[in-house]
Amino acid sequence: MNQTVLSVSGITKTFPGVRALDDVSFDIRAGEVHALVGENGAGKSTLMKVLAGLYKPDSGEIVHRGEAVRLTSPLEARNRGILLIHQELSLSPELSAAENIYLGAWPTNRLGVLDKRKLRADAQAALDALGCDFGATARVGTLSIARQQMVEIARAQAFNANLVIFDEPTASLTEGEKVQLFQTIERLRAAGVGIVYISHKMDEIFEITDRITVLRDGAVQGTVETRDTGIAEITRMMIGRDLDSYFHRARADFGAETLRVEGLTKAGLFRDVSFSVREGEVLGLYGLVGAGRSEVVETIFGIRKPDAGRLFWRGEETAFPKPRKAIEIGMALVPESRKEQGLILGMGGRQNITLPHLRLFSRLRVMQERQERAVFDRYRERLSIKTTGPEQPVSLLSGGNQQKFVLAKWLCAEPKLVILDEPTRGIDVGSKSAIHELIAGLAEQGLAVIVISSEMPEVLGVSHRVLTMSEGRVAGEFSGDSMTEQNLIEAVSRQAPAAVESEVA
Amino acid sequence: MTAIHTTPQRAGAMTHATRALLRNHIWLFLVLAIAVFSGATPYFLTTNNMGNILTQGAFIGILAIGMTLVILNGEIDLSVGANLALAGALAIGLQPAVGVWPAIGLAFLTSTALGVLNGLLVVFSGMHSFIVTLGGLIGIRGLVFVYTGENALMVEDFSYTELAEVYLGPLSLTAMIFLGLAAMFQWVLSSTRHGRETYSVGDNIEAAHDAGINIKRHKVINFGICGAMAGIAGILLSMRLGTAEPNAGRIWELWTIIAVVLGGTRLQGGYGSLWMTVGGVLTLAVLRNGLRLLNTPNYVELMVMGSVLILALGLNRLVEMREGAR
Amino acid sequence: MTINWRGLLQRHGLILAFGLFLAGVALGNDAFLTPGNILDVLRQVSITGLIALGVTFVVVTGRLDLSVGSMLTLLTVIVVDQHNTLGPGLAILCTLLAGLAIGAWNGLLVGYLGFNALIVTLAMLSLLNGVTLWYSGGSNVNVVGADQSWFGVFGRGSVAGIPVPVILFLGSAGAASFLLRRTVFGRSVYAVGGNQVTSVFSGIDARLTVFCAYLLSGLATALAAVVMGSRVMGAQNTIGQGYELTVLAGIILGGTSLMGGSGSIWRTVIGIAMLGFIQNGLLLMGFPYYVQWLVTWAIIIAAVWIDLAAKRGKVFA
Repeated sequence: MNQTVLSVSGITKTFPGVRALDDVSFDIRAGEVHALVGENGAGKSTLMKVLAGLYKPDSGEIVHRGEAVRLTSPLEARNRGILLIHQELSLSPELSAAENIYLGAWPTNRLGVLDKRKLRADAQAALDALGCDFGATARVGTLSIARQQMVEIARAQAFNANLVIFDEPTASLTEGEKVQLFQTIERLRAAGVGIVYISHKMDEIFEITDRITVLRDGAVQGTVETRDTGIAEITRMMIGRDLDSYFHRARADFGAETLRVEGLTKAGLFRDVSFSVREGEVLGLYGLVGAGRSEVVETIFGIRKPDAGRLFWRGEETAFPKPRKAIEIGMALVPESRKEQGLILGMGGRQNITLPHLRLFSRLRVMQERQERAVFDRYRERLSIKTTGPEQPVSLLSGGNQQKFVLAKWLCAEPKLVILDEPTRGIDVGSKSAIHELIAGLAEQGLAVIVISSEMPEVLGVSHRVLTMSEGRVAGEFSGDSMTEQNLIEAVSRQAPAAVESEVA
Repeated sequence: MTAIHTTPQRAGAMTHATRALLRNHIWLFLVLAIAVFSGATPYFLTTNNMGNILTQGAFIGILAIGMTLVILNGEIDLSVGANLALAGALAIGLQPAVGVWPAIGLAFLTSTALGVLNGLLVVFSGMHSFIVTLGGLIGIRGLVFVYTGENALMVEDFSYTELAEVYLGPLSLTAMIFLGLAAMFQWVLSSTRHGRETYSVGDNIEAAHDAGINIKRHKVINFGICGAMAGIAGILLSMRLGTAEPNAGRIWELWTIIAVVLGGTRLQGGYGSLWMTVGGVLTLAVLRNGLRLLNTPNYVELMVMGSVLILALGLNRLVEMREGAR
Repeated sequence: MTINWRGLLQRHGLILAFGLFLAGVALGNDAFLTPGNILDVLRQVSITGLIALGVTFVVVTGRLDLSVGSMLTLLTVIVVDQHNTLGPGLAILCTLLAGLAIGAWNGLLVGYLGFNALIVTLAMLSLLNGVTLWYSGGSNVNVVGADQSWFGVFGRGSVAGIPVPVILFLGSAGAASFLLRRTVFGRSVYAVGGNQVTSVFSGIDARLTVFCAYLLSGLATALAAVVMGSRVMGAQNTIGQGYELTVLAGIILGGTSLMGGSGSIWRTVIGIAMLGFIQNGLLLMGFPYYVQWLVTWAIIIAAVWIDLAAKRGKVFA
């Protein structure tokens, strides 16, 4: 059973300004579950998309079942038996499970009339083979997420896939559903299918995988047998030792409490979240994507309304504000998604910077463009933003420069509290360290800072104190010597309910 | 990835029955409307009048069939009213030159071709169909005026008007064609590859593309069908009236969209059916017919229709919110 | 220093094309580019133009307003009818208030309840047609004693040789341009159309912004109705039919994107003027009026296509 299903060698893929994959080589054997791990931005998703035919690599070779191939479309990949199961499922909710399984390859007669009976029977057979408990005629939109995922996996069964790539498959599953998914993966493995398993959750990886390949900054750090290694080694490979020097932590010189929340709850998103942050302090909020971190800060900022909880702003209990009020009292939220929440891409830097503070930059409701340009110039220099001028649409800038505009937008009105949600996601190393320095500088000026990040070294490197979140709850709080990689990883990858009491290992 | 987290349980909150009812609210409207008018006037619920309603609704109805396919794709066609007028004008205007049946055939082909042209412009330019067909609406109406010289064209041979005078009980030929086409395309939607692809493309265009569905060709075909339906409606209208007005079908595109959306088909695409559209068309026709039988001034009709549409929109919104907004 | 032809064409291609058209017609016809004729064209487009000014705000927020045509009809009927009962001053006030009220209703449904703008305003098209017929009783209304009333000034008067409707149109355009370009509200309109989520994260009340855009659309239509009523000194029940689409055609022609977030008042003015000059030029060249529709079709497709292709860098590259 040690045949190689697919091997890639020397794969390189660059995007404007970023080398996403750098000379990547690895292989997947039939009947193995092969984990692909790495931090956000390490190149996992790019590699996955190359394997699934969504991206064309700049160079390198893909050998599938002994044959050099060029995968130019997902269809071609599927026809060769390579199937990607996305985190965001690629299903049509209005079609039936059977139609989704065979999407684009429905059995028809010569006139294009569906052979519904065959379609249903084949699909049902695929679903049954996976041990699914629902019918092939069910409309996908009415199925739970776990069952929708099964529909996708059934495609693997239906098309006789020899390689299935799972991207964070347990992200929105319950414990019971996860067990079921693992049984399904086990079945596929037993049938000789090669499986690539991408996940952040170490416990899962050590539970079901045979080998682990670690990516960092687009390059392979090594491939190891799962049984020969441990969490510590993998973490070390993911992070790299030398990174410590990148970070610059602010002096620990704390003033009065800026913000405190108690018992913050929003049904279905997070429960009973309490914490506080002081002037001059950088509080890290660490957790996996979907743990409820962004939702918590969005609630504090007024984008969402909480079901329960209290908010204290600079020592006084305050009603939960609307965003405009939050901005007025001195909160700033640098949101998670630059392009969807942070910037208006068609606008220039000047207009983006002043957007949250239109009142400040206007007199009698008339915009004062000279003041706007002045603040644009000031921040262009201060953050060394590369742009041709105040009117150049920010859509034309690199990710790092865009992010600097988002920062400028939130810093220019001198806030008291700055919340940064994944401030360095998807930007290059140089801009990253500039942003880390900036964070430290803010704290040293006496601002309270909250940094949300899924990147462990970043959280550890910039924070004075770290709060971990898991499945909508605070899973632990660490500072000083207890702030170690080991502790953080364990806190977030344990199942949440048990995690709350026993926080330090 | 985005801030708005959709709740995982989309089903479950509602019972199956309420959901089915909410998703088919149009038939509830229709039954309600019929009940009210039946109580209000004895002339309403007669076989003859039912036949009338079907005939009156058939023209918008045929247009709505093509519109439904286009809307299911997530597109829109504003040019159907003008296209209908052009088909009518050609069907009558070409008769002296080429004879009745060739004229009908040419009219049909022209409308279909204009539908295909709309589709080609949409898929190859990347423009939104709203703009493309808004242009089409203006331009095709221009063609009609150029062709007719802004005069109504009269048929010379009045046997032409008798072609449509075929009845099966109370059902006119026009009504039969409407119902037949609706049934046929409903079958296409539910049982053929093209039909199922229509949903897939409107529902999740990336998934459809990744699965190898040829989206461009697919959309062009649906725009072509939409044009063809406009042609058929235009020809039938010219038979019924014996004339082709250059202004025929003005703002019918709007009525057609109203009928489709009233039926419950989702304007963003991916959800709906021709049964729903037939329900929407019939509801509009019943309202119009019933209000006229009651001798209400015609402003009531317009106001009722506007209100019903807003009501339907509110209901749709409710369904979306209950199902977890998508 | 090389000239960036592509950038130039992309930004000003529309004006270039328009200029070529004007020059072409002018070469063939001496009467075309005379001050008199230009003012005449502007007078003809002033009603469409006034409405387009308001609708531009709606379009920049990424929404649509298809109800302006039937709104124009209703408001014209109101201004003419109330002129006969309340006198011109109060009639105009009533009309403006009615326009704001209809705009508020549209804004409520689209901005606050989040209904689809296309459908809401389609429904309003039908509903307002109904209200018009109910109000007028189905008959045409006329201004009684048209000769003695100063009401005629808005449609027929002129100051220093410039027709009042042109002054109203261009004056309103200036005001609207200032509002959209220079004020906090205008910035919010662009922001909401550019990216509603980002706007909300930036503390902008997106729902209020959309609501206000519809208010402006209603107000602009009311102004247009005053001009219309004053010009015709009467109103038929179909007087505004089709205006919603002409207005949109003008806005698209000016290069404002229906996706929202871009566009400007001067673009709308240019687009509307282009419609007027095309019509006028073709008439002067002896074509029947409906030929303009064919030309408009071709120009809309060509203008938008070139605009899109230039943005993707596919033409001239």
